[in-house]
Amino acid sequence: MSEFTFLFRGRETSPSAEQMQKTMEKWVVWFKQLDSAGCLKEPGHPLEHTGKVVKGKERVVVDGPYAEAKDVVGGYILVEASDLNHATELAKGCPIFEVGGSVEVRPVHRV
Amino acid sequence: MVSVLTRIFGVHNLALAEDVVQDAFCRALETWSFRGVPENPAAWLMATAKNRALDVLRRQRTAMTFAPEFGRLLDSEWTIIPTVEEVFEPKAIKDDQLRMMFSCCHPRLKEEAQVALILHILCGFSVSEIAEAFVSPHSTIEKRITRSKQVLATSKKLIDVASAVETSQRLPAVHRALYLLFNEGYHGSSPTATIREELCREAMRLTSILLTHPQGTVPATYALAALMSLDAARMPGRVDASGQLQTLFEQDRSKWDQQLVREGMSLLELSAEGSTLSEYHIEAAIASMHIRADRAEETDWKTIVSLYDKLLVIRRSPIVALNRAIAVAQHEGPERGLEEMANIGNKDRLIAYPFYFAALGEFELRVGRQAVARDPR
Repeated sequence: MSEFTFLFRGRETSPSAEQMQKTMEKWVVWFKQLDSAGCLKEPGHPLEHTGKVVKGKERVVVDGPYAEAKDVVGGYILVEASDLNHATELAKGCPIFEVGGSVEVRPVHRV
Repeated sequence: MVSVLTRIFGVHNLALAEDVVQDAFCRALETWSFRGVPENPAAWLMATAKNRALDVLRRQRTAMTFAPEFGRLLDSEWTIIPTVEEVFEPKAIKDDQLRMMFSCCHPRLKEEAQVALILHILCGFSVSEIAEAFVSPHSTIEKRITRSKQVLATSKKLIDVASAVETSQRLPAVHRALYLLFNEGYHGSSPTATIREELCREAMRLTSILLTHPQGTVPATYALAALMSLDAARMPGRVDASGQLQTLFEQDRSKWDQQLVREGMSLLELSAEGSTLSEYHIEAAIASMHIRADRAEETDWKTIVSLYDKLLVIRRSPIVALNRAIAVAQHEGPERGLEEMANIGNKDRLIAYPFYFAALGEFELRVGRQAVARDPR
């Protein structure tokens, strides 16, 4: 078994309360599936969409990230899967695609 | 509220659940005294408890383990809110109360401890209120509840009410506890009428919750509910204007609650399904015999005596035997009643039961032995 990080990008920009609730329920269902399959290594957290970015040797601090809404990382989890293909299959169940988002599947690099 | 929170925190964290509820009440007092009581205080309290629960879960999730049933859904911000929201749904709350009801009837707890625990956790009675209801010293009840909670906390999880095996095993104990709870209110020793009425109401409320559950919807539960309704229907007639207890013969039967009578009768019909005849069936049938008589003189004592005969087979208790003797006296005269009373086994257990001497005195009086009636000892 190997570890993978799922980075979630993109979100619904102005969801109604009802949409929010539906989305959250879908996430719960997906998490339960991952967990009961023994694939949820760390349930991670969603991230707020604003923050600060610290850059360069000068450690310049800017507000950010100012990427397009669809490119901002909105959260992460750690998944355990047999290989990259398996992990990619798992990612396909994520409800984020319904709101036009994407999942980046990245094997954890063991140094 | 404690039942709901215990479901989230896990039964081993019962104390934490109680703290959170306590905290919600304290906040309510603070806020309400400044801003006035909100329109829906119950909902306000629930919302406050929910937010406090979220705080606790977030702060303690690394240090503590909560209910295993949720796996790691409580560990992550992805899932914590919808999971907690779901537990606080009205339908889920009802299930939580069922779960807690079954969990309180732990086989390692004595019946009186189960009843005290149900009153404390499910009905929100304080230790002093329970002490008042049972006319027991505060310290006795406190010890009883503390010990019971420890037993409860050692059980790994709450009873799964979806599991037919677990629930059906404990169902008789739950019936019994609800029956005792009701009886404590109906015949209870507490001098405070309001507390006794509340005990009856709570017993009826919990029984009706039990009737919403597929495993709880059995003839015995219907019979228990019927018995409670039919007895409760007669409550308004039991005391006269000055608050004195009235015997069945003196009661103003027009004061009986017809709504409850109707409910009780239809519950009794529902209980008639299947082949099981529980003690609750018989007691409900006896209660219905009294209800059916428009006047005390029209009571069908013959049937009542035969019902008591059946009840004695299931539950051999001197109190049942005493009630039977009283029915015999009505049917065949006071001499026969006295005979039956003399034959009661384990009579010494009735010494502390005030109705024993009341009945004895009454029959002696009716056969004309005033002197004996005055001091039947």
